[in-house]
Order: sequence, then C-alpha cells, then structure tokens
Amino acid sequence: MVDLHWLTIAQAVERLRKREISSRELTQAFLDRIASVDPAVRAFITVTADQALAQADAADRRLAAGETGALLGVPVAIKDVMSTKGVPTSCGSKMLERFVPPYNATVVQRLLDAGAVMLGKTNMDEFAMGSSTENSAFFPTHNPWALDRVPGGSSGGSAAAVAAGEAVYALGSDTGGSIRQPAALCGVVGIKPTYGRVSRFGLVAFASSLDQIGPFTRTVGDAAVVLNAICGHDALDATAAPVEVPDFTADLEKGVSGLRIGVPKEYMPDVLDAGVRARVEDALSALEAQGATIKRDLALPSTEAALAVYYIIAPSEASANLARYDGVKYGFSYQQGATMWENMEKTRGYGFGPEVKRRIMIGTYALSSGYYDAYYLKAQKVRTVIRREFDAAFEKCDVIVAPVTPTPAFKIGEKTGDPYQMYLNDVFTLPVNIAGLPGISVPAGFVDELPVGLQVIGKAFDESTVLRVARAYESTANWHSRRPSL
Amino acid sequence: MKLEREAVLHIARLARVYLTDEEVETYAAQLGDIIGHFDVLNRIDTEGVEPTAHTLPLRNVMGDDIARPSLPREEVLAMAPNTEDGYLRVRAVLE
Repeated sequence: MVDLHWLTIAQAVERLRKREISSRELTQAFLDRIASVDPAVRAFITVTADQALAQADAADRRLAAGETGALLGVPVAIKDVMSTKGVPTSCGSKMLERFVPPYNATVVQRLLDAGAVMLGKTNMDEFAMGSSTENSAFFPTHNPWALDRVPGGSSGGSAAAVAAGEAVYALGSDTGGSIRQPAALCGVVGIKPTYGRVSRFGLVAFASSLDQIGPFTRTVGDAAVVLNAICGHDALDATAAPVEVPDFTADLEKGVSGLRIGVPKEYMPDVLDAGVRARVEDALSALEAQGATIKRDLALPSTEAALAVYYIIAPSEASANLARYDGVKYGFSYQQGATMWENMEKTRGYGFGPEVKRRIMIGTYALSSGYYDAYYLKAQKVRTVIRREFDAAFEKCDVIVAPVTPTPAFKIGEKTGDPYQMYLNDVFTLPVNIAGLPGISVPAGFVDELPVGLQVIGKAFDESTVLRVARAYESTANWHSRRPSL
Repeated sequence: MKLEREAVLHIARLARVYLTDEEVETYAAQLGDIIGHFDVLNRIDTEGVEPTAHTLPLRNVMGDDIARPSLPREEVLAMAPNTEDGYLRVRAVLE
C-alpha cells in the first residue's frame, strides 16, 4: 500500500469516495509528514493545522452526505503570495510579516468552495522575485532531492512541498517561470496557464501584465483537475478573460498522433547543459514514436532579447505596484523618523530585502525621465516582436517543446552573489510570460540524480493541447513514480 | 559599466527607498551591470512596431453604479500602524 502522503489527487478522491479513508485521516497524514520532513525541507512559512482539520471534518460531512467533488477533502498548500482570510500572508517579506488579509483570493475561495483542505502557506522568494527561494526574508527552502540545493523559485516552497509528500498539490504564481522552473528542479508537474485564464484577485501584485496563478501536482491529469477548479472569468479581476473554460481533462488521453511539435533552435543553444539536452531529445524521440511530427525549422530569433525585455517590464511594473508599501495602511512601518518622508523611505529601505530593492530601482530607472523611451518603450516594442514570432511559429506547429531550465538545481548560495547569473535561469521560461502563453513543466528524468523538466508551450487559451502532449510524454516515461528519499 | 553614486541616489529618491552607503556602492555596480545587458534591445528592429502593454485584447468594462458592501472599516484599519477616529493617521506632509 502506498503511503497516504504520496497519493495523487485522483487516487485520494477515489479512496475518499469509497470511504476507505476520511479527509481527517488524510489531512492528519500530511500534518504528520510535514512535522517529520519540513524541518529539513522548510517548504512552509505557516502550517494551519487546526483550520485544516476543521476543513477536513467539514469535507467529511459533505462526503457522508453523498457529495462528490474532484478536490473535495484533498489537502493543498498555497504559496504565501495569495490572500487567505485570517491566515498570515507574508509574501516572503518582512514588509508583510504580520499582515493578515481580511479576504480570500478568488483562487483560494474557489478551492475552499470545492472542499479543499488548506495545510498552510508556502515559502517563496520575497514578492515572488527570484529563482531559488533564497530571497525569502525568513529562510531558504531546500530541494527534497538534494537538501544542499535550491528548489528553484519563486514558488520553491510549493514545488518542494509537493515533491516531498507534504501536500497532494499546491498553488504557485509564475511571472517569468516561477511555477515551471521550480517544478522542473523538484521533479513535479507545474503549469502556467494563459495570461487571463485565472483571476489574479487577491494575488499580491508583482508584474501585473505577466503574473499568472497555476498548480503544482504529481501528474498531468491532476493539473487538469485543478485548472478546472480555478480557471474562469471573475468580476473582481478585469483581466480574467471572459473566455469559455473547457473540461481540461477531456483530451488528456488523446495522444500526439498527427500533432506537430516545434523545436526552435534558440531553445537548444550550444551552451545548454549536455544532460538537459539529452533528456529533451529523449522526450522528443518518445513523442515522435507516438506519431507526432517534430519540426526543427522554426525560428524565434528575438529570444536573445527576451531576458532584457523581461528585466525592464517586470521591474517597471513592480516599481509601480510596490509603491503601495508606505508604512501607512498596513505592513512594516518605521516611525522614528523626523519627517513623513524619512519614515516612508526607511519603511521601504528596511522592510524590503536586497532583490526587491534592486528591482524597484531597475524599474524606477527604466521609467524615469530621459530613459523611458530607450528602455521601457523599446522593451514594449520588442515584446510585440516576440509575440509575433510566436504567432508565426504556431502557424507551423501545434505546440513548442523546450527545456525548462539550462541546468538542474544548483547549490544553495552558488548564485546569490551575481544577480545577472541568477536571472539567466529563466531564459527558457520568461518569453512565455512576455507573450502571455500557457506553458507546462513535466518531469523529464534525471541528470546526475537531479530532476529536470520538459517544457510544452501552447497557443493562447490552448492549455488542452499542452496538457495532452505532456500527458502523452508522461505516460511513456513514468518519472512521476520516483520519489526523493527523505 | 558602473552607475554614478549620484545616479543611484537619484533613483532611490524617486523610488522613496532609503539606502545605506554600502547598499549605494553595491547597487551602483549591480545596476550598471544589469542595465548594460539591456543594450541587446538595440539589435532588434522596432521601426513602426506598436508597443505591447498587455497580451489580452482588453476593452473597457462598464458596470452599473450599484453600491455594494465593502470590508468593515475596523477590520481594514486594524492592519494600520496609526489610526484616529476611524482614519489613517500620518505625519504632516508639509512642515
């Protein structure tokens, strides 16, 4: 028998439905698992044990009344960037260390309505800025496959929690790769939906034209189930597109026969880690053997500029979004200054960590008088060029397949001294945010005993094909059955 | 390329972020390095290209002007460091 903490959503729901286990038993198994492994992994900032057990009891009552649901009674972990009513929401920052939201994010409310059991809030890079979770103001999270390595970021706590058996699934947010990159480095599934698929109401804003919420799961099928629950228009977020939401589980098993898979050469550069390249090529062979056509005559030539576009647009939006932290309304407040301005500047100087200040400074610079046209406006124009190149590529293929990261997980502390080296981690993921497309990371095996991911990128609002390709690969590879020894 | 100390202080002032002397030195080097990498943008021809602010074809949404309940005042103010008579209290802006 499988330990309860390794169950998938589908398996857990089946056993709950058959009354083989109760949600309370399942929830207690996860709380026990957290108590046993989280001192080493440190995926959670806050564990909400009492509330979780109360939610589990409520789910058990619904199950006893004959109700069924794709997430009813199943324990979830939430990245600490999403508002949870009555539960601290720190964003990994000293600025919000004692902030307790008076309302739930739309995604949280949808999960709770579906009968989810929230185990707690997961660690992250401060305000979701980072690729390693080392920028958390509180502590770094450790990769469950190698505790001296990073789990990726910024949603490193959510990825590590699922990889370590500390939650059946988790929610994260992805602005430049913050779901897909940690999913790859922790060996779990992580999908960033199309921009506009999921309401951002209650998601603490980083870069509003790029941010999107999505799930971490053990299987592609589970990811489809969570998307079914969280996607759709929301009157509280004008950018949550009024687009019909299909049943994302419907096409999962349709296979890839007849599908065209594009492999742009810019995503397989000479400098790519040889192990990562081999895993991607193996995956392409497996998909080809199932009847897909691999097309390598695609070009996304402006990919080389994507990093610069991202590191102008995201910090610019962040510098505006983070202006709200002024020590007046909520959050950390420095009050010993001689003037209002000194209080505000020291609130921000002491409340924000080094990477957040760095990005606020970059954004402020790019938007400032004399530099706006050369940097911000130019970056927005190149953003158009990058989008058009994706549009042209998708004339020739149904999905694009690429690596998620240039290398497997690096050592904790290895890149903290050089911000630009850290930013390079996201070269294969951030163009997808720039173009607003859906992208998934599905486990693609191991390089030196460390997990790596395969990225599948789709057309806007075509998550169904992305999931279908990811599932086809998953079904041949079965990497998701391997588990870290903790 | 390293930014001038004065340039860093100017940006910090615009962003209303207090920096220690040590931070000014660190950011002068790091921001200069990062901004130097932005030159790659000049290799992309954007003549006649419209900027993208957003990837969705957004339109204005008109809503009916209906009063709805908002969060209770005391719950919201409970998060504030300084309040008085149901208002946020701040230091004098003009001295």
